[in-house]
Amino acid sequence: MNRTDSNRWRTVDIVVASVIAVAFGVVFQLWNILWKGSDGPFAFFAPLQSVMYGVWLIPAVLSALIVRKPGAALLTETVASTVSVLLGSPYGAMAILQGAVQGLGVEAVFAATRYRLYRPLTAALAGACGGLFATLFDALYWYPGTSWTTFRLPYIAFGVLSCLLVAGLGAVALTRALANTGVLDRFPAGRDRALV
Amino acid sequence: MSAVVLRGFGWRHGGRKAWALRGVDLRVESGERVLLLGASGAGKSTLLAALAGLLPEDSGEQEGAVEIDGLDPRKARERVGIVFQDPETQLVMARSGDDVAFGLENRGVQAGEIWPRVDEALGRVGFPYPRDRPTAALSGGEQQRLALAGTLALRPGLLLLDEPTANLDPAGAALIRRAVANALDPDTTMILVEHRVTEALPLVDRVVVLEPGGGVRADGPPETVFAAHGDALAAAGVWVPGHVAPPRHATAPPGDVLLTADRLGLPPRLDPTDLRVRAGETLAVLGPNGVGKSTLALLLGGLLKPGAGAVTASAELAGRDARTPPHRWRAPALVRRIGSVFQDPEHQFVTATVRDELALGPRRTGRPEAAVTATVDELLHRLRLDRLAGANPYTLSGGEARRLSVATALATAPRLLICDEPTFGQDRRTWLELVDLLAELRDAGHGLVTVTHDEDFVAALADRTFTLDRSAGASS
Amino acid sequence: MINLEPVAAPGAPLARRNPVAKLAAALVFTLILVATLDPVAPAVAIAVELAVLPLFGVRYRVLARRAWPLLAGAVGILVTLVLFAADRSGPVLLQAGPILVTQGVLMTALGLVLRMLAVALPGIVVFATTDPTDLADALIQNAKAPARFAVGALAAFRMVPLLEQEWRMISMARRARGVDAGRNPVAKLRLFASTAFTLLVGAIRRGTRLAVAMDARGFDAGTPRTVARPQRFTRADALLIAGAALLAAGALATSIALGTFRPLIG
Ligand SMILES: Nc1ncnc2c1ncn2[C@@H]1O[C@H](COP(=O)(O)OP(=O)(O)OP(=O)(O)O)[C@@H](O)[C@H]1O
Ligand SMILES: Nc1ncnc2c1ncn2[C@@H]1O[C@H](COP(=O)(O)OP(=O)(O)OP(=O)(O)O)[C@@H](O)[C@H]1O
Ligand SMILES: [Mg+2]
Ligand SMILES: [Mg+2]
Repeated sequence: MNRTDSNRWRTVDIVVASVIAVAFGVVFQLWNILWKGSDGPFAFFAPLQSVMYGVWLIPAVLSALIVRKPGAALLTETVASTVSVLLGSPYGAMAILQGAVQGLGVEAVFAATRYRLYRPLTAALAGACGGLFATLFDALYWYPGTSWTTFRLPYIAFGVLSCLLVAGLGAVALTRALANTGVLDRFPAGRDRALV
Repeated sequence: MSAVVLRGFGWRHGGRKAWALRGVDLRVESGERVLLLGASGAGKSTLLAALAGLLPEDSGEQEGAVEIDGLDPRKARERVGIVFQDPETQLVMARSGDDVAFGLENRGVQAGEIWPRVDEALGRVGFPYPRDRPTAALSGGEQQRLALAGTLALRPGLLLLDEPTANLDPAGAALIRRAVANALDPDTTMILVEHRVTEALPLVDRVVVLEPGGGVRADGPPETVFAAHGDALAAAGVWVPGHVAPPRHATAPPGDVLLTADRLGLPPRLDPTDLRVRAGETLAVLGPNGVGKSTLALLLGGLLKPGAGAVTASAELAGRDARTPPHRWRAPALVRRIGSVFQDPEHQFVTATVRDELALGPRRTGRPEAAVTATVDELLHRLRLDRLAGANPYTLSGGEARRLSVATALATAPRLLICDEPTFGQDRRTWLELVDLLAELRDAGHGLVTVTHDEDFVAALADRTFTLDRSAGASS
Repeated sequence: MINLEPVAAPGAPLARRNPVAKLAAALVFTLILVATLDPVAPAVAIAVELAVLPLFGVRYRVLARRAWPLLAGAVGILVTLVLFAADRSGPVLLQAGPILVTQGVLMTALGLVLRMLAVALPGIVVFATTDPTDLADALIQNAKAPARFAVGALAAFRMVPLLEQEWRMISMARRARGVDAGRNPVAKLRLFASTAFTLLVGAIRRGTRLAVAMDARGFDAGTPRTVARPQRFTRADALLIAGAALLAAGALATSIALGTFRPLIG
């Protein structure tokens, strides 16, 4: 009973993954404002701003841990960024592409386990890999012309670390907390609770 | 058009030890109209979900067999249409017409045929708006009608309705019943769950009573069932027609004014209203759907900031906060003075078990642990929730959730209690117990305001009624 | 704060184009522009975008209201480059302590700021003129997106306005149960976090129930779906995409002709 027997998405998988995406699309809206607002405080060591990066990747890891189907991370992150665009993201249509790249990074790790492992370590790696894809994309796309040594490499390093902790392990903790409330009863992550 | 067979059917929800249903043997022939009765928590909603093929195999354990026209219901979804207790969760699309069309698209109905069928279904239920009306802008009753239209458009052979008129005002409920009566083709099989038997009887020709955990208790034409088992059923919680509830009006005259509403309003949800609430008195607030009753309740309860006018608490009620209006009081002080029960019970739950939910309020107000346990145990027992003490509040049946939410407010015994629809979805036994608990609180000198559409409740408990209606509210 | 209504006049000639075409046009336009780092190409692109705006029925005032975070972003880019630019060639314009602003730095910054604006505008215009239901319909019918996923996402999207209501409801419920934070900032933060978590739990619970309701109406039945709202992809839509590609290429060509072109890679 601990793993769903097929890789076919049930309706509840689709809708719950989308709901996570929508909820985080709204969070992204707030995070966009925080990120832009923190440009000032971070000005002295701008690469450090990427310690805030992890939040962007939570939906990808969270959805993969809950739904456990191929494509969960990629789909959720892409939909989440699309939602943030629909709500008026300052990054325009580009945000969709960026979301897809982030989701792809997370997806890659779960795919490498052939969608069999959903342990904390897997999640942490998935977060880190997503962070790598994402910050590399940023470094090439948003920050051309900056120095690799003083800016881009530290930016990537902090971003990966942040994604490992916040998106990877954060999503693990969030999944556990959600399972305790009983909303994940229809998912593998939510089984094994005591009977009442 | 469709026939139902249940043989020794049982279902245990994942995470529960007790079976929600067990040993149900039942045959419903094509074209029959069945009223399904049973105490709150007897498994009526679960049975309907089973018939609609909506109990996923991985979410519980099944016993025995259930068949629709000889098929597993999960494979016979095309033949079945269901309208749930809560209409809000079953609207899928942003525009009303699209929502009705949604099911037709899923069934692969030819494109040219979709819109005529949508219009026909909307017409049958008397939907008053054009197709592009946003679903988010509909009142509860309108949502209920739209959900019904979305199901009828699919022309199901078996129509399942779960308390389709809960929370509707009497006129709205009559409208839905008329819509159901008009909309049914003669050969459609229907199973209706409804606690209030009298209103539902004209729609049905057979009554089935479920025994909690024990299969079918009575079955047959309404007159026969009620003549043979009337008293026993009434004692077991069924609303048998003709068994009136004993009145529990206040015996002492009302006490001092606790709360005064002065031109209180919140445009556009509530027009300016004047109102006084007294200790030792039950005030029933009545009025049609959408007139602003719940808004009034939240304003009186110190949970919403008034948009116009003011709520003033008497010195006795306000204690140390005599100078500030209730919506500015700190929460722990507020719950000791004014308790609120929300219209949607789920809006009120903040913990993960029924027991914690009940203990939260008393703990917050600093009662000793022994007293908290005693209060919690008594409420669990009186409201028949003891079996569910460890359950997650969100997995309760409709009626159980309602009782729990009322109990959470009763647990702190606030000086003034404001309840929004405290009795909906209750069987007769739990209804009587709720009325008793509320009457006891009032007789101990507490104030009680109840927003309600329940005419029996008003007849049994209300000492004074206050009717909100748009034109009068605006002009007075 | 969250407004989901399309903000454009619905009758405008380009607003009526197929949503997939609009999205594709925006992406094509964006991707071509990304190729350069110079200020000229994006400046030309912005001029073109502003000129076609009325064709989409978007009024400048509405756009300005939606675009304010972009200005904050522009400031961010400027600061980052002043401090961390790799290329500090050209005459020095300002030197104060570690801060060294040269003409090269300023040109790069200007290029990036303009590029950000040029890239963001088409996205904002597309979504300001597109109804989510139409977008999902067009994705299914014209872009061959899997229907179950597109419709599922659309159904979830309907929850956005509900989330705001739900937040207020949860806060009220806590107050009604005697839970509040008072003036303590730590307690406030904790209450905020727990409210947000409860909101997520509620959204997922709603999602699972919605999925059941969708299945009850045959969503997962495996029958091939038909469409109630046909979306057409016409020659005009293809022309819109081609036009976007041409305009972006024109902007690049202008920059090359003027000798200012600086490729992103290399
Ligand atoms: N999702 C669930 N998970 C666990 N237990 C559940 C779930 N849904 C219902 N139950 C339990 O199953 C039993 C039957 O519930 P059901 O909703 O079928 O009752 P009901 O007859 O419809 O009651 P009511 O009249 O109060 O709506 C109840 O004890 C309820 O607590
Ligand atoms: N959070 C809200 N924001 C905006 N409008 C609202 C909100 N809640 C309710 N309304 C609207 O305010 C009006 C009054 O709503 P309210 O819930 O107070 O009515 P009610 O009398 O309790 O109705 P019912 O009998 O259906 O419960 C309705 O038209 C409703 O659509
Ligand atoms: Mg029920
Ligand atoms: Mg109400």
